[in-house]
Amino acid sequence: MSLSIDDVQRIAKLARIRVNAAEVAGYQTQLNGIFGLIEAMQAVDTAGVEPMSHAQDLTQRLRADAVTEPDRRQAFQAVAPQTENGLYLVPKVIE
Amino acid sequence: MQWETVIGLEVHTQLTTQSKIFSGASIAFGAEPNTQACQVDIALPGVLPVLNKGAVERAIRFGLAIGAKLNRTNVFARKNYFYPDLPKGYQISQYELPIVEGGHLSIQVGDEEKTIRITRAHLEEDAGKSLHEDFHGMTGIDLNRAGTPLLEIVSEPDMRSAKEAVAYARALHTLVTWIGICDGNMQEGSFRVDANVSVRPRGQAEFGTRREIKNLNSFRFLEQAIDYEVRWQIEQIEDGHRIQQATVLFNPDTGETRAMRSKEDAHDYRYFPDPDLLPVRLDEDWIEVVKAGLPELPEQKQARYREELGLSAYDAGTLTASRAMAEYFEATLASLPSPASGRGAGGEGSAKLAANWIMGDLSAALNKAELDITASRISARQLAGLLARIQDGTLSGKLAKQVFEAMWNEGGEADAIIEAKGLKQVSDAGAIEPLIDEVLAANPKSVEEFRAGKEKAFNALVGQVMKASKGKANPAQVNELLRKKLG
Repeated sequence: MSLSIDDVQRIAKLARIRVNAAEVAGYQTQLNGIFGLIEAMQAVDTAGVEPMSHAQDLTQRLRADAVTEPDRRQAFQAVAPQTENGLYLVPKVIE
Repeated sequence: MQWETVIGLEVHTQLTTQSKIFSGASIAFGAEPNTQACQVDIALPGVLPVLNKGAVERAIRFGLAIGAKLNRTNVFARKNYFYPDLPKGYQISQYELPIVEGGHLSIQVGDEEKTIRITRAHLEEDAGKSLHEDFHGMTGIDLNRAGTPLLEIVSEPDMRSAKEAVAYARALHTLVTWIGICDGNMQEGSFRVDANVSVRPRGQAEFGTRREIKNLNSFRFLEQAIDYEVRWQIEQIEDGHRIQQATVLFNPDTGETRAMRSKEDAHDYRYFPDPDLLPVRLDEDWIEVVKAGLPELPEQKQARYREELGLSAYDAGTLTASRAMAEYFEATLASLPSPASGRGAGGEGSAKLAANWIMGDLSAALNKAELDITASRISARQLAGLLARIQDGTLSGKLAKQVFEAMWNEGGEADAIIEAKGLKQVSDAGAIEPLIDEVLAANPKSVEEFRAGKEKAFNALVGQVMKASKGKANPAQVNELLRKKLG
């Protein structure tokens, strides 16, 4: 599999990463290099091997259901660009 | 052409934990904005999610209640999209390996029973709230809800009408509140329904293109929205248009559905396993403990009410509409002296008698006062006291209604009300006979008509005697004595 220039631009857009026109070709080469690596790995016979969803073969630890976090709104909002009536303000989003 | 509707539902149920799914912030409703949004919920750099055992436990409870497969290993994944009410840039959800897979729920539509298959149920975090009111052209963000634990329950496209969809949604609502995993408060958004709706020519095997109606927060809106959507889709196709897959919103004011403006990449979520969370393992001991803690479920109760108590499917269904209702019914029955399915003086079993009063007079009084059965002014024990007096013949049906009314309005026990108001039924032949004699003497025409074979005239005479006794005479006895006199 290899990615087209359009694919790279689309991925950048989805990830909200600004990529200027001059950089696209470079990213395309690098990303295709990664796909090449994956292709090489796919040559390995993995029949009978259970897929892992995490690099570490460990189990999730669970937390007891209890409220442990105090209200720290003031501290958090002190570093926010803009707040009002306790709300964080962001550029208008309409769907 | 004959059209068939196909509906599948996705229901987001908010779980009844104290704290969030991945942080120790509170999920209590109605707090000041952002006072329950900690560093994990607002996604400060470097924070890590820690999974809440209470959320996992509730998902297990649900899986057991619907006879599903519990994935002993299940995995959290990132669902990537950018929206300010989700400051991480992704929602933590489950994708390839959800905690619950399969299972089913029975619904009752009219006289028909139908089984709806459940595809899966997965744990995920809720997003915050965006407020688009006037903040100088900006949007206000409240992240209190961000990270609230949700169980998203996805059905198969097994429903064929809005009525079936509503019946399924109601049965699911009953179940999740019954097993205590969700408070079911639809106004507060604890139980939100998305409906996937399509139509196809009757007899066609493949499904039509579906549109998804988002965020329906009442059963009435669910029914209205589906009905509108189905009519709209059929009209479109009959006018020669094709249905485009889309997400739509229902406007309760106009009763119409309207497509949301969709961004072309909106659904490219690029799911992948969340590296911040390890796979969740459910061990057998834990599952057994959860199973042992499950109450008798609505379907089990319904079956028992039908088989052991001899109630109809309708009665059994109504009495198990909520756990509180079923508990009230069972408490009433437990306080009655005669056996549940035995015959009382009223000629019906205690179970049927209690069912009739709870579904009839009590429900009507509760509705009128807009009270939940848990807040009933008449306790199950008080009601049983009243029913016992019907069964032993002290009260006729009519007198019992008067006692009920007094009990509802003024409180008190049935026996005390009967005594104070002199509502005891008269079953003494010596007291009833003189009344009959009076009535016969005053109504020679009716007597003649009866002798000529008119049964109607007999009923009129019974009515007169009852009236003369101010409703207190035992109607069965009046019947018997009157026949003897006339015969």
